[in-house]
Amino acid sequence: MTQLLSPGVWDEVPCPFCGLACDDLRVASQSGKLQVIANGCLISSRAFAESSSSKSTAPRIAGKTVLREDATAAVADILGKAKQPLIAGLGTDVAGMRALLQIADRIGAIVDHMNSVYFMSNILTLQDSGWIITTLSELKNRVDLLVIAGSDVTSRFPRFFERYVWNQDALFGGNSREVVYFGRGLDTRAGTAPDGRKPTVIDCDITRIGEIAGALRCLIAGRHLQARQIAEVPLAELQGLATRMLNARYGVLAWAAADFHFKHAELTVQSLCELVKDLNRSTRFSGLPLGGNEGDMTANQVCTWQSGFPMRTSFGSGSPSYDPRHFSADRMLRENEADALLWVSSFNEKNTPPETSAPVAVLGRSGMSFSKEPHVYIPVATPGVDHSGHVYRTDNVVALPLRKLRESALPSVAQVADEIEKALQLS
Amino acid sequence: MLTKLKGGKVYDPANQVNGEVHDLFVRDGRIAAAPAHGERVDREYDVSGRIVMAGAIDLHTHIGGGKVNIARNLLPEDHRSDLVARTPLTRSGCGHAAPSTLTTGYRYAEMGYTACFEPAMLPVNARQAHMEMGDTPIVDKGGYALLGSDDFLLRMLAAKSDQKSINDYVAWTLSSSHCIGIKVVNPGGISAFKFNQRKLDVDEEHVYYHVTPRQIIKVLAQALSDLGVTHPLHVHGCNLGVPGNVETTLETIRVAEGLPMHLTHIQFHSYGTEGDRKFSSAAAQVAEAINQNKNISADVGQIMFGQTVTASGDSMAQHRNAPLGHPKKWVVMDIECDAGCGVVPFRYRDKNFVNALQWAIGLEIFLMVSDPWRICLTTDHPNGAPFTSYPHLIKLLMDKTYRNSVLATINPDAAAMSMLASLEREYSLYEIAIMTRAAPAKILGLDERGHLGLGAAADITVYSEASDREKMFVKPDYVFKDGELVAQNGRVIKITWGNTHVVKPEYDKRIEKQLKSYFERYQTMRMDNFKISDEEMQEFGHGNKLLSHACRKK
Repeated sequence: MTQLLSPGVWDEVPCPFCGLACDDLRVASQSGKLQVIANGCLISSRAFAESSSSKSTAPRIAGKTVLREDATAAVADILGKAKQPLIAGLGTDVAGMRALLQIADRIGAIVDHMNSVYFMSNILTLQDSGWIITTLSELKNRVDLLVIAGSDVTSRFPRFFERYVWNQDALFGGNSREVVYFGRGLDTRAGTAPDGRKPTVIDCDITRIGEIAGALRCLIAGRHLQARQIAEVPLAELQGLATRMLNARYGVLAWAAADFHFKHAELTVQSLCELVKDLNRSTRFSGLPLGGNEGDMTANQVCTWQSGFPMRTSFGSGSPSYDPRHFSADRMLRENEADALLWVSSFNEKNTPPETSAPVAVLGRSGMSFSKEPHVYIPVATPGVDHSGHVYRTDNVVALPLRKLRESALPSVAQVADEIEKALQLS
Repeated sequence: MLTKLKGGKVYDPANQVNGEVHDLFVRDGRIAAAPAHGERVDREYDVSGRIVMAGAIDLHTHIGGGKVNIARNLLPEDHRSDLVARTPLTRSGCGHAAPSTLTTGYRYAEMGYTACFEPAMLPVNARQAHMEMGDTPIVDKGGYALLGSDDFLLRMLAAKSDQKSINDYVAWTLSSSHCIGIKVVNPGGISAFKFNQRKLDVDEEHVYYHVTPRQIIKVLAQALSDLGVTHPLHVHGCNLGVPGNVETTLETIRVAEGLPMHLTHIQFHSYGTEGDRKFSSAAAQVAEAINQNKNISADVGQIMFGQTVTASGDSMAQHRNAPLGHPKKWVVMDIECDAGCGVVPFRYRDKNFVNALQWAIGLEIFLMVSDPWRICLTTDHPNGAPFTSYPHLIKLLMDKTYRNSVLATINPDAAAMSMLASLEREYSLYEIAIMTRAAPAKILGLDERGHLGLGAAADITVYSEASDREKMFVKPDYVFKDGELVAQNGRVIKITWGNTHVVKPEYDKRIEKQLKSYFERYQTMRMDNFKISDEEMQEFGHGNKLLSHACRKK
């Protein structure tokens, strides 16, 4: 567990603000102000520092300050009256998600996460054909060839290379790691080895990575390809890569679905996963889907164990019903199919609810500012800052225990959700 | 609060009670003595003519943790065949092969089960398993921590660490992951698969560490014996599912050298290579070895026909078996220098030679192992079949006529190769009570569960006797959990959250110095964040109790 190193200094602090969930941070806390003083990154430094406890903790109804009791009653009223309520955003920890699902089940709501437009590509692939994947410690200790499809990685996961690729200590060697990127215009500087070796960049349009993967599958199977280039990449270049992949002892193919901004990205993810499966006929190679920001893995995990289904599940009929296209929060709001929205974002005050004409209640990190004031706003505490809790890391295996680093008057999402549920029971 | 169950026929093998009619009294969640004359009974249930047993215990069921949630995520189409609606009392969810946590708890309780043990808890994923089991209502829970392919132990073995240091590491793992036992899965093989080794037999060397499964099994079995942990090493052996693996299984029994050992889902490890198809039953040899070696207990891992999903830590075997799966989608994972997993949906078909013979092999083992105290009733849920098929399995064991009628419908070549038709044995209610209650409690060291003696926890199941044993066992009349009536006529009527069973053997805390540095250098989380606190366990389990069982050092 995170420990107090000296008065006001916490050691081994897990960071809930990106999917890597590094837990080696040192954070100083002084009169409610936090500062990362060791092992920080661009994301964590900002996110811990911005969590000022001096921001308003008062809930609002239509912009006017109210008591929390009145605010939770107002949320219950909005949700209770709705025929097709939506609980979305879902930036919360395990306890928050447990409590929100309790509400969803009671009122027959639809649940969806703010990141699901991206990670659904992974889930659809998993549910259609499956995959061979690995986790961060395996990457750190084993990888000899790292192929990254369509992402610079570091802008979403700043310490990825520092912690898992160019790490000094590895159980099984690690000095001669090679990095390959697929994509165009990516910042690949982090892929340069400490000894100066530059990464290989397969210059291609990101929307055509699926074609590259398909061609590589043919080449590693020893099939002849008539085309001289694939997605504008010369075949010889791909042949070279295919050979390197086959010669890898423990290769890893990483992608961040959040960087696949094009339609039917699940087909690209699937091509990559099938390529990895094929490579395992003769060597070891694993996929590494990168995600976990804003608690997306957490929301999926809890929803899956409690209902059997991931995000985009409706409890409207009394039993869970999963539809990865129909129950998209964005789509439902766009088509005016939801008549109430409960929006949750406890890690990031910048993630405000999407535009909608439906009544909106927000459980948002304190300090959230709105272009359009929601009907109800209840500022909530940040997990791992104001209260303890758990979040899942990108690899979906490790749930980090988050620690309360300071006193806070703010309630957790779980607390507020429990209060809303109680109010719903009374109504 | 004093409750009386009046006039039931009691089957309580731990106390040698075989169908005798007597009253049971329950006070404050425990089996109590008859009250003094004149003391008021608060609640009386007339159970005359009905069968009374302790609550059933499943000592090997995959109900929580990463691979189970992957299985759930993988199979939306299977869930849709068994959606579970919300009621004013219970939450919605799904059933069949990979049920939601809430449905799992309700259905186990409705079937008269009051304790379930998750057999493959990766220490690095133990938090998740405990969270999921925390959301599994009513039944007691517990887990076996998975060791044997973790790089820390393999490094210790390669460096020829002494047994005492290994004992400290094992005890530390049990404590930090809140488990009641240790499981080994394809010993060393999950790690070997990461080095592209595709097969590892008992005396084959791991390509990197040059350690053999034999060494791994021996040091772990020895550690548990030295630490005084009641549940012996829970062994998922090498070569799961491989024709001819009977030799491996017999050799694994010899590895124990008399130390207690539990062989799990033994059906999947009892295959020969006779016949035209080079696949045959070796149930007789395995049963004979179990009969001869009193240090060995086992559970069967019976398969049933139909769709299910296999979720295992054995990434090597699951990758090998993936092409046989249905539907064609599967997951294999390498996990955190700790272990791995593989999730492969399967549809066992009665007209398929191999599947039909697997079914027969499981039943042969049940019927040929003579001592019901050393064989437990499991389907390795959901790997052989979902746990909801237990009543059907009990019928197959108790009713020879019915069993033979099913045998007549399976693949005829498989039926012809099986000796099942010649096995006359029919399990008695007393024997069923042993293998589903008394034996698992004894094997796990649950002194207060699995029986109805004075002072025992009042986990009680009451059935109406019926000649159709499936019908009888599917919907008990009453199920009491720690003295509270939680299910009636096969429906949950009260939600409780059960207890978590753990052991906390003593160890030399200096092992943490080594571990702390190992975590900092090689793992991606710190040792102190890896360890699960008691407070977290409380939070996961809706405030349930952690029951720590004594270790009995010799």
